[in-house]
Amino acid sequence: MSFVEYGDTIKDGDTAIVFLGHESMFPVKVQHGSKTQTKYGVIRHSTDLIGKRYGSKVTCSKGGWVFILHPTPELWTMNLPHRTQILYSTDISLITMMLELKPGSIVCESGTGSGSLSHAIIRTVAPTGHLYTVEFHQQRAEKAKEEFQEHKVEHLVTVKNQDVCKNGFGVSNVADAVFLDIPSPWEAIGHAQSALKIEGGRICSFSPCIEQVQRTCLAMEEHGFTEINTLEILLRVYNVRTISLQIPDLGKAAEDNSSTGFDSTNQSNQGSLYGILQQGTAQFKSGVPLKEMVGHTGYLTFATKSLF
Amino acid sequence: MSRDIPSPPPAERNNAAPAHPAAANENVGPGSQRVRSAGPHRKWQEGPAGRQAGGTGNRQRPSGGRARGAMEESAKPGLRICEGDCAVLKRDEVFKAVLVLRRRKVIFEKQWFYLDNAIGHIYGTTFEVSSGGSLQPKKKMEETTTETKEAGTDNRNIVDDGKSQKLTHDDIKALKDKGIKGQEIVQQLIENSTTFRGKTEFAQDKYIKKKKKKYEAVITIVKPSTRILSTMYYAREPGKINHLRYDTLAQMLTLGNIRAGNKMIVMETCAGLVLGAIMERMGGYGSIIQMYPGGGPVRAATSCFGFPESFFNTLYEFPLSKVDNLVSGTFSSETLPSEPEYNVPVEEESNGSLDEKQTLIQETEEESSTEAVMESNETEEQETMDLAAEDTDYKESKEKGNKENIREKQRKQQERRRKLVETAALLEEKNADGLIVASRFHPTPLLLSLLEFVAPSRPFVVYCQYKEPLLECYTKLREKGGVINLKLSETWLRNYQVLPDRSHPKLMMSGGGGYLLSGITVTVEKVQSDASSLEAQKIEEPTSKKRKLQELHC
Repeated sequence: MSFVEYGDTIKDGDTAIVFLGHESMFPVKVQHGSKTQTKYGVIRHSTDLIGKRYGSKVTCSKGGWVFILHPTPELWTMNLPHRTQILYSTDISLITMMLELKPGSIVCESGTGSGSLSHAIIRTVAPTGHLYTVEFHQQRAEKAKEEFQEHKVEHLVTVKNQDVCKNGFGVSNVADAVFLDIPSPWEAIGHAQSALKIEGGRICSFSPCIEQVQRTCLAMEEHGFTEINTLEILLRVYNVRTISLQIPDLGKAAEDNSSTGFDSTNQSNQGSLYGILQQGTAQFKSGVPLKEMVGHTGYLTFATKSLF
Repeated sequence: MSRDIPSPPPAERNNAAPAHPAAANENVGPGSQRVRSAGPHRKWQEGPAGRQAGGTGNRQRPSGGRARGAMEESAKPGLRICEGDCAVLKRDEVFKAVLVLRRRKVIFEKQWFYLDNAIGHIYGTTFEVSSGGSLQPKKKMEETTTETKEAGTDNRNIVDDGKSQKLTHDDIKALKDKGIKGQEIVQQLIENSTTFRGKTEFAQDKYIKKKKKKYEAVITIVKPSTRILSTMYYAREPGKINHLRYDTLAQMLTLGNIRAGNKMIVMETCAGLVLGAIMERMGGYGSIIQMYPGGGPVRAATSCFGFPESFFNTLYEFPLSKVDNLVSGTFSSETLPSEPEYNVPVEEESNGSLDEKQTLIQETEEESSTEAVMESNETEEQETMDLAAEDTDYKESKEKGNKENIREKQRKQQERRRKLVETAALLEEKNADGLIVASRFHPTPLLLSLLEFVAPSRPFVVYCQYKEPLLECYTKLREKGGVINLKLSETWLRNYQVLPDRSHPKLMMSGGGGYLLSGITVTVEKVQSDASSLEAQKIEEPTSKKRKLQELHC
């Protein structure tokens, strides 16, 4: 297994995802002799995990079972330990496409944070690209380094512990794309520009507040970036449910045949119109939105560095 | 810190690259012996060569910068506009894909010009259309003086009677004919506008921007990419791509974990845009099997990307009409679907020279439609061939050519059959790393059958323009089992205007970009009936209490 390549069977040292049920899962480091507790009982790594095929069902000691999944950056994003607020796959998807990332791309990122976007970038630029990621918080930088090593992607990423606004990314004219998710991105635009290749590249800045966006757009313009474009993307999830609605009783029409189809004596008509199961209800399938949804994560500002 | 980055091997090696089954053979546990053997499934060790390998020539040492003077490396593949490239013309937010050919008139945004002068320039260069239809590179100009102009405070006294501009249509036309530059025309318009000085600064700004947009026609030539092509198609030909908005496509690529080295199954009827996007994200590594309806896959958009030939070595196709056979084990290569010369590149088929293809493209170009330029449509080829046949030159060599033609056709037929068998074998391994569906067909039957070919613990994503078919799909998948983490979603996309003191979302936004159903495959085991209902329940909708907590999770 690897975060940048699929494997078939679970091995010692892998990071696997334990899936318990609807939106309930957690990552686990597979190790000989280890045990993992779940609400369904114990999972013994040596006997239950190692050698099993990814996607298999594993029965736990109490009789319940779980699925063991191959890790992907998306599953990692949903399950990683948060050290900071993270970017979720919705924003990550748009960033990846708008920065034109692909195998071989060289990317500069700051701040590393909890490594959510980092893992996604590494996955996309592998095997020939590279990620230079800068984090000014020492512990976070170290934790990120550790995780990349555990996930066997350290050859694709370089973590630097410094302040990107003061000292830049540590590389010049190598990047195809730069990503900024920092409190004052306008202070790093100059460094971003020098990190990007001479012939050009793409830049993205993520900021929760519109004031930050305004300053950043101005800085981008001043540094000669073109195609400056700010947008936001929101995810709407639907639950698939079978809904039964009661048919209201509008009373019996006296003798009259010109009543609507809701007349209870017209059972067969009703049935064909509304797929009625039992008397007085109509059933249908619906994609029901959730009660609450994420309304805002941050504004994404993209721009192009060009020679002209 | 030493870093071992495999550099792409030179082009010649690609042809000899067989599968490298080393990693895939470590089968300790149960399950079938899985060897990616049938056909070259290129793992990372053997990379692709060619223009599109991302930042080629940039295998940097981790730290430290590069020497300046990288401009000398402009011989870098893909940096400069070359004849035969597919390039994208851009003016403000409008895109159009064109083939770069000499002495070929191009229309774009009500302007006619030739691309000849663009050849040799770096992608991203901005041009102006000068008299005679030639392109001239435009230098970055200094902005017009920012001295404090006279301006009003609000519009209470500004009456819109349509008479505030003193220059008439004819006056402006005369200026244009005289060859006056756009910038000058805008200046003239401002001076001849009676209401300009009364406008607020912001209104003046807006007015100038509007006039500049109309009269200062500036065209940038950019390199095609998923970002650009998906935006272009959504704006120009949404019907061709089932109204798949570009951010929805972006979600698909990420949710599907599309990356180098995968073995993907793709079923799309989006003119090949989705296929191209997937190919871009795979960088020539791994393999793709494209399922297609009818006679052959449409890959008009795919050719716009400009991928190197090597990318197509690991691209396979398989007819949907044979899927049932494959699943039931009754596949035979004897009954080939009626495959015309659809998949075969133009050069092979047409007896004529490249010129005819160009003339054809010229004619369809005048219908001003992007895909007409890019689509090497089979019927158009037939027309070309018919036209050629009438030419007396061809009549003479016709008899001689006939026998060779037949042999050639037979050879191609055999080659096609061989490839079909190879592709069937790849599918029968049932170890694909993912499935992407984005078509005009009802998704349910597609998913239920194509998921058979996907390995367990792999993501799949289905796009549908409408929500209802996905509701049904969801239900059927639940009944079938073997999938978890099903999610039905759509994304909302909103653009912003960001200007000092004038920042707000833009007036219009996309009303809809389609829906996605995604999930992960798991192993299907033979379970007793009582256990399976428990299973269905567990994966089914959670209790309302649980739901509240989980729904807050992004």
